[in-house]
Amino acid sequence: MLKKILILIFSIFVLALNAEAGSDGVLTVTEEKQTKKTKDCFENLNRATFAFNQKLDKVLIKPIAEGYRNLPDPIQKGTSNAVRNLSTLITIPNNVLQGDVKTAMINTARLVVNTTVGLLGTIDVANEMGFPKYEKEDYGQTLGKWGFGPGCYVVLPVLGPSTIRDTAGSFANVFGGDPWYNASVHGNNEYLSESLYITSKALSGIDFRANNIESFDNLEKNSMDFYASLRSLYLQDRENKIQNNQRGNIEILYEDEQGWEEIESK
Amino acid sequence: MKKIFLILFFFNLTFNSVHAISPEIFVQSTVNRASQILSKSISKEEKMDQLKAIAKETVDIKGVGFYSLGSARKNMSDKEKIQYFDLFENYFLKSFSSRLSEYTNPKIEVTGSKVLNKNYTIVNSLLVSSSERPEVKIDWRIYTKNPENPLIRDLIIEGLSLARTQKEEFESILNSNNRDINSLFKSLEKFSNNY
Repeated sequence: MLKKILILIFSIFVLALNAEAGSDGVLTVTEEKQTKKTKDCFENLNRATFAFNQKLDKVLIKPIAEGYRNLPDPIQKGTSNAVRNLSTLITIPNNVLQGDVKTAMINTARLVVNTTVGLLGTIDVANEMGFPKYEKEDYGQTLGKWGFGPGCYVVLPVLGPSTIRDTAGSFANVFGGDPWYNASVHGNNEYLSESLYITSKALSGIDFRANNIESFDNLEKNSMDFYASLRSLYLQDRENKIQNNQRGNIEILYEDEQGWEEIESK
Repeated sequence: MKKIFLILFFFNLTFNSVHAISPEIFVQSTVNRASQILSKSISKEEKMDQLKAIAKETVDIKGVGFYSLGSARKNMSDKEKIQYFDLFENYFLKSFSSRLSEYTNPKIEVTGSKVLNKNYTIVNSLLVSSSERPEVKIDWRIYTKNPENPLIRDLIIEGLSLARTQKEEFESILNSNNRDINSLFKSLEKFSNNY
């Protein structure tokens, strides 16, 4: 109970910060396309957290991810499929909240097929059956879709890049928005527990890190300011996801086309 | 009669030599050339050198450099601009060729294009999946002001623009150093020297 109250207080604090950011035009409920730049209001703190995360990655997360990569392919594939299947439980309510009932129904069918025939999601049977490509959705994306701007950019300890909006959105998971959390943490079920929930989240993170070892190494090696590069890529990716645009929208991507047009005259 | 054929032949030759190159064909031929290099059994350094030669020919390095500067380009003197382009070209070629040289035998297929305006066309392509990596969408921003000599100005990988990322990285360096352009010069120089 105390934990919930603390989370509630933190969420209110986070949303209050969001409102504050709105006063300078960054976070507003607007129909305008999000071409405004996301501010890095806490850059010094963010860079310190980023440095901490980098060290943690070097000594713990990356070695685990490398070890994970040495596991037999079927185990890696099965783990990857299972954690993606669990994410469908968050995607479905967000499909509905974004008004995309058709995709919610497809994802529900995907969840049923993969959890049963696909042995608890370890085999992506739905994909083999020709279901449309699965796209994850979360509460941060839904808030974005509803017109909330990102607010300030933040780097969370261990979890990495986020924004005020996305951090606030992720709290919806522990307020009933994630059926997997509800069942494993609050469900009276002898097979599920809080540790199982934490393990599934940790595996999801390791799976992501393992799939991106070379990409991160390459980016770090070829960046003069790795922190700034990651920030830019994270914010571009979130903009694309909110717009459900997998190739990037030119108007959104370049913030303003003027930057390109101006150099014509040079 | 022979003269007419000769005139027609030279007319055809001249016409062909000034004919606009389709951005799609330009991208496909560029990636084919790069792919050929990456498939060779030569050292990484040799691959990088050959990739740099292709980049010099097909990328508008000056344009990308200007774009990456953002608003800072408006306050630079001509001398600073010359200094910047020297440093930027060196940095860009090293960074670009190093990123590409990590790939072995990539197969890229051009799937379509969209004309934005007379100066720009976006060419869509796919990096075909392999056992080591999933399929990757790559879009190319092609500068078509001179249709006979199209140039690459940006790569958009899975919706993420390399030019925008670079621009924001440069901006961050400037912001961390009181917008002093020399700080960017030092960073570019340091990067190139460390390679």
